[in-house]
Parts: sequence; structure tokens; C-alpha cells
Amino acid sequence: MNYDVVVIGAGPAGLAAARRAGGSVAIVDDNPAPGGQIWRGQSPDVPPAKLLCGARVVAVPEPGRLTLETYDSEVDLRYRALILATGARELFLPFPGWTLPHVAGAGGLQALAKSGLPVEGKRIVIAGSGPLLLAVAKYMRNHGAKVVLVAEQAGQPALMRFAVSLAKHPGKLLQSIPLRLGVRYLTGCWPVSAQAGSVTLRRATRTWTEPCDYLACGFGLIPNTELAALLGCRMSDSGVAVDEFQQTSIAGVYAAGEVTGIGGLDLSVVEGEIAGYSAAGRQAAARRLFGLRESRRRFAEAMERAFRLRPQVRDIATDDTFVCRCEDVPLGRIRAFNGWREAKLQTRCGMGACQGRVCGAAVEFLLGWKPESVRPPVFPARIGTLR
Amino acid sequence: LTLTVNGKPLAVPEGAMVSAAVALAGVTAFRKSASGEPRGPLCGMGICFECRVSIDGRAHVRSCQVPCRPGMEVRTDEL
Repeated sequence: MNYDVVVIGAGPAGLAAARRAGGSVAIVDDNPAPGGQIWRGQSPDVPPAKLLCGARVVAVPEPGRLTLETYDSEVDLRYRALILATGARELFLPFPGWTLPHVAGAGGLQALAKSGLPVEGKRIVIAGSGPLLLAVAKYMRNHGAKVVLVAEQAGQPALMRFAVSLAKHPGKLLQSIPLRLGVRYLTGCWPVSAQAGSVTLRRATRTWTEPCDYLACGFGLIPNTELAALLGCRMSDSGVAVDEFQQTSIAGVYAAGEVTGIGGLDLSVVEGEIAGYSAAGRQAAARRLFGLRESRRRFAEAMERAFRLRPQVRDIATDDTFVCRCEDVPLGRIRAFNGWREAKLQTRCGMGACQGRVCGAAVEFLLGWKPESVRPPVFPARIGTLR
Repeated sequence: LTLTVNGKPLAVPEGAMVSAAVALAGVTAFRKSASGEPRGPLCGMGICFECRVSIDGRAHVRSCQVPCRPGMEVRTDEL
């Protein structure tokens, strides 16, 4: 199949990009329906385009061409311009008990609930960091769950500074501030272990155990950069590096939304629009949105500062805590190595089904190792797809 | 719609993902890890592969990304 523009990701950035891109457009998304994570299950407005859901890019056989795999088929897709809007995933940090079946991500548990997992009457502790915790608390409470508490690792002073700065940016966040939510919101608090049916939390000098049916735990978001890396796009400190027109280091390949750096819904939409206009050759229209993007970036930076992870969160993983959940490799087994290459060769850490998507960022936070390389296929694929 | 989880018939709402069906069947351990631990979904969005099950004989399918269809046969790992 041939398209002028192929958009990877049907979340806010991808849909905005597809709306502004001219010519024939295809949108590809690994999820079963468009909307990304934030609009999961909400049937968002989808611009006229060929929509390929339940399809993931597994390889790039040559520039201008992608190999996709679905549940039961393979697709060969060709493009003139490519827009990467692959979004973000949660940062999961290992701690004793984090592999137990009742422990899920914060956004993870919300995604599961949106997919039909019953949460009514369940006692849920939400922990980790970031504004997502509050959105999840609100969602769970609205769906009949009993939110025991929200444990935010960031301290009160940083959050207060952020709250004051919010007055200058009347964004959606104001709607979810904890006072209106009516749930226990403990700042400077984080989980130290999970046991079957409970979680142990620490706040200052106090350590205690809360019974719960689910622990929903995520420490912020990280961009999904694997496909961009496979294409050879240059990275910045925050994600995929882009110029003012959202073009990556590769001509004709654009990136928009969380994949360029975590910035939230509003920034993702404006970046998507700029990428769409740029891919369509409408640079003047793109330029008119630069100011809006700049103000939304400043808001994102303030948020990043407020929820920055404290060093103490590193210490919750013990030497016998699995960091790699695919290959069951404990932290103590990789600590002694010099980096990813050695650790992979000796322990298979990061070489399982998720291909390091979970342990990669955790190990970067814990040991400072940067991911080294991305190789095809970027998702586990059937042999028949790659022939 | 009706499908089976580990051989037992189960009615689920239209639009539910297989991950929800497994949970509704009362199963918390979706798969057995490399060292034999029970595991369930972590990310809910197709990243972590912890929720993988077998569907109609196809192994290692991420249950969180596949909508339930009538007559599907879903199997989780035996611990």
C-alpha cells in the first residue's frame, strides 16, 4: 500500500497530524482502536484516512517502506513522508514485590479498566509520580473503586511552586487538583514493597502497610523512541530530536507529541498539527502555531521540574529485586557489569519479549546505563512477517 | 458475547479486551515467568508483554490489545 503520509500512532498527536496532512494519509496504531491511551475507549474524531489499528511496525526494510504485523496478517506500507507519534509509556521502577499480579502501572490499571477490567468496589492504592496519578484516581473513583490513597514521591515544596505557576497556565490540570478530588494525597511518599494483598509505603520516617486489591504504580512517562531509533533519527535529552517544523534528523520523517519529550495532551496536539502541515508542505501554516507550542512547552517544563524523581527512589530496589521481568534477572546480577552489552551477554537482561522497554529506563535511572542499540524487529514478530 | 477461558465458557461485554475476560474468569496469573512466578498485566497498553496468553492456539498474544470475539479459546499458563 502507498500513501503520501503515514502517521504512526493514533493518539492526540497522530490524529492532529493526520488532520493537517494533505494527500493520501494512513494512520497505524498498535492498539485495537484510535485514541491513544488518553482517549482509550472514547471514540475520538478521526480525520479521513486509512486507519490500520491493531498493527505495529516491526521493521523498516528500506527508507520509505515499513513492515507491519497484525494479529493475523502482514502489511507492506510505503510513504513519501512519515510522522512518528508513537507516544509514551510509563516509567516502572523495580521494588520488592512489583512483579506480583496485583501490581500494575497507574496508567496501566486505568488502561485495563477501560478495556473491561472490573474495578468497582476494589481497594486501590495509587503510587509513583506525576499528574497521571491524579487522573487515574479520579477515573477509578468515578468507576466505583475505593481509592485508598495517592502516594506522590515529589515533595510538597516543589508541587506548591508548580501549583502557583499553574495560575499562569489555566490548563486542564486545574480540574484534577487533589483538593477537589477528595482522596488522600500524600506527597513525599513512595512504595517500598508490595505483598499479596497489600503495599508498604514510606513517608519521611514513617513506614506502614496498607491493604489493597490493586497497587497502581508508575513513576512518570517516557517516550516510545524505538521506531525512531531504528530509522536512525537523532535523539535529544528528552526524546526524538526535531527542528522547528517537527522534522527529525532524517528528511521527510517528522515526530510529534510525547515521543519528542513528555509534554502532555495540549502540547502533543499542537506538535501534531505542525508536523502535519509541515509534511504537507504548508510551512506558513505550521509557523503560525509556533507561539502556541512555545507556551505549552514552558508549561511542560514546569511540570517536569515539579515531579522530578528524588534520588531516594533509587534505593527501593534491593539486590534480589528483578529488574528484567521477561528474563527474571535481579538487580544484584547486573550491578557489577560495565553496561548493557556485558549485562546482556552474561544475564540476558533486557533480551526478553518486551525488548528492554520496561527494564531499559529503570536500569538507566538505577545505574545510569544508556540503551545502546535498537535492532529489527522492534517488536516480537512472526518469521513469516520478516521473510 | 461468549468465549472460553481455560476451557470454561464466559460471557463478557462487547468491546472488552481478552485481558478483561481473563480477569473476569477469576484468573490473576496470566503467565508463568522464566523462574516460575505468576504474572499479570503491568502496562495495559501492549508494551510489557506480561499479559500474554494463548488465543485459539496462537501462543504469546498480548491479551490487553486483542478484543474479545465470540467463540475465542483463551488459555493462560499453568503454574
